[in-house]
Amino acid sequence: MMNLKRHLLAAAAILAIGAGSAAADRALKGKVAIDGSSTVFPISEAVAEEFLSVQPKIRVTIGVSGTGGGFKKFMVGETDINDASRPIKSKEAVKAAAARIEYIELPVAYDGITIVVNPANDWVDHLTVEELHQIWMPGSKVEKWADVRAGWPDRKIKLYGPGTDSGTFDYFTEAINGDSQACRADFTASEDDNVLVQGVVGDKDALGFFGFAYYVENAGTLKAVPIDDEMGQDGPVLPSMASISGGAYTPLSRPIFIYVNARAAERPDVESFVNFYIESAPKLVGEVGYVVLPKEIYELVMTRFERRITGSVYETGAHGSLAELLSIQ
Amino acid sequence: MTSPDRSLAADPGLTKKASRSLRETAIQGALFLCALVSVVTTVGVIVVLASESWTFFREIPVHEFLFGTRWTPLLEPRSFGVLPLVAGTLWIVLIAAIVAVPLGLGSAIYMSEYATPQARSILKPLLEILAGIPTVVYGYFALTFVTPLLKSLIPATQIFNAASAGIVVGIMILPMVASLCDDAMRSVPNSLREAAYALGATPMEVSTRIVVPAALSGVLASFILAASRAIGETMAVTLAAGATPKLTGNPLESIQTMTAYIVQLSLGDAPAGTIEYRTLFAVGALLFVITLGMNILGQRILRRFREVYS
Repeated sequence: MMNLKRHLLAAAAILAIGAGSAAADRALKGKVAIDGSSTVFPISEAVAEEFLSVQPKIRVTIGVSGTGGGFKKFMVGETDINDASRPIKSKEAVKAAAARIEYIELPVAYDGITIVVNPANDWVDHLTVEELHQIWMPGSKVEKWADVRAGWPDRKIKLYGPGTDSGTFDYFTEAINGDSQACRADFTASEDDNVLVQGVVGDKDALGFFGFAYYVENAGTLKAVPIDDEMGQDGPVLPSMASISGGAYTPLSRPIFIYVNARAAERPDVESFVNFYIESAPKLVGEVGYVVLPKEIYELVMTRFERRITGSVYETGAHGSLAELLSIQ
Repeated sequence: MTSPDRSLAADPGLTKKASRSLRETAIQGALFLCALVSVVTTVGVIVVLASESWTFFREIPVHEFLFGTRWTPLLEPRSFGVLPLVAGTLWIVLIAAIVAVPLGLGSAIYMSEYATPQARSILKPLLEILAGIPTVVYGYFALTFVTPLLKSLIPATQIFNAASAGIVVGIMILPMVASLCDDAMRSVPNSLREAAYALGATPMEVSTRIVVPAALSGVLASFILAASRAIGETMAVTLAAGATPKLTGNPLESIQTMTAYIVQLSLGDAPAGTIEYRTLFAVGALLFVITLGMNILGQRILRRFREVYS
């Protein structure tokens, strides 16, 4: 009797050790809850779809509450991963610390916020950052195209953009108006980028902005506007894979992230998913329409996740390229 | 020895009086508690709205809130004038009334004055079904059917606009108007109708000159109750009317109603305890006061109408 029991215990122990070491290969079960940015959503969705064929028993659910809305859920531990199209804000980081949630910040791609107009719009050849500022600043007096530049039509501009919960909105207002959330109030807002696409496609006088992938998806029905940042000699730059990753398309290029709950990362299902995400990002990001990060950066990101380095590289208000910021770890 | 009177001894009411009375008291108490729940809930809601709004109004003066014309609690620079939201709500109510009042009153007149009992027995349930459609379906219907239709008629229509949302809210409150007007008109004594017919009036004259004026307070009450329902409508306007708080004279533009703003803020990332968060309660309190006022007005008029003919 004792012998049998001891044998059973030993067998169980060996099985457990064997199972733990082969975690990547064996079939895992579990649930990964993701929410957040609508900009990052296409990437996360593509990864989740591919992941289903690798680990069919892990269920990945992805919500689209906006970067801010997603962080709200992330801060109370409702989600394991938050898609974010901007770095975590300091007040959000404070809330995380208060809730004792540690997060691992992982850049996954570059995005360029694309300014779009209707294809029938033949007067806009480019826009400068200053003109964009005049159009979008709080209390802006710009009502018609003629107010932006002399010679443009005397018709009302119809503005479309993501709402205040959107990371794209935060980043755009910070880059163009200098303060995130500083913006005029009378534009048509929607968290759903598809609605914005429809709005611009249906209106000759429309001007909108959203992530590069939504432009690429609808490139036949929209016209992207080259942006001139009036610094350096490049002139107006059209957003493209090359100009975004090369840094020519400024100031509207930005890295987009996933934030992983450090405690959730200890679960084999979440760990397996995030590893798969970082490994397949080079392939899937380009397919979806975003701009792939250089290989070295993906390696730095993988190291960051393996070492479970928590906190944000932007915490101290740091600026600089991703390569520089990530190498500080 | 005679046996006790069967009828008396066999009566359980007399022999078990004490336990019966106890059971009755217990049941009465339980039912009273049920009724108490609704009272407690109402009081609770009022207390929460009032206390959070009071904290809000300590920072933002009431007149700035009620009469300011810029509503940007989530954008820099912050501004807390609620008139754009009220204007958005009023646009929806106005358009819904334009749809529901003629159609509802017309249906009611047809059902009570012209329709055969058979036609009525088909029409009335159909109207109930219209009332039973979930509001979110109406919202989706506005966005995917009514807006493209309006756009084909008037190209200047924006993708979110007050008109589509107003139209579907009108369809949503139509059964309420029709049903209440119908009840009001059927309560008019037949003697009035018979007298009019005897004098040679046509059905049209009877309906418009005799019945509707006689049922006027009931008809008006139905309009007010339906309007208060339209004010509180959330799902359809959130989906179809937009999220752009502005004062505008054009119903084909994107606007935002008080209810849609509450949805936007609740689903968003305003941290609890901040002034943006408290706007939730301020706008909620305003909505509550407006709806309550209209309901009280509607009930008063309705009660007046009931007295006249009972």
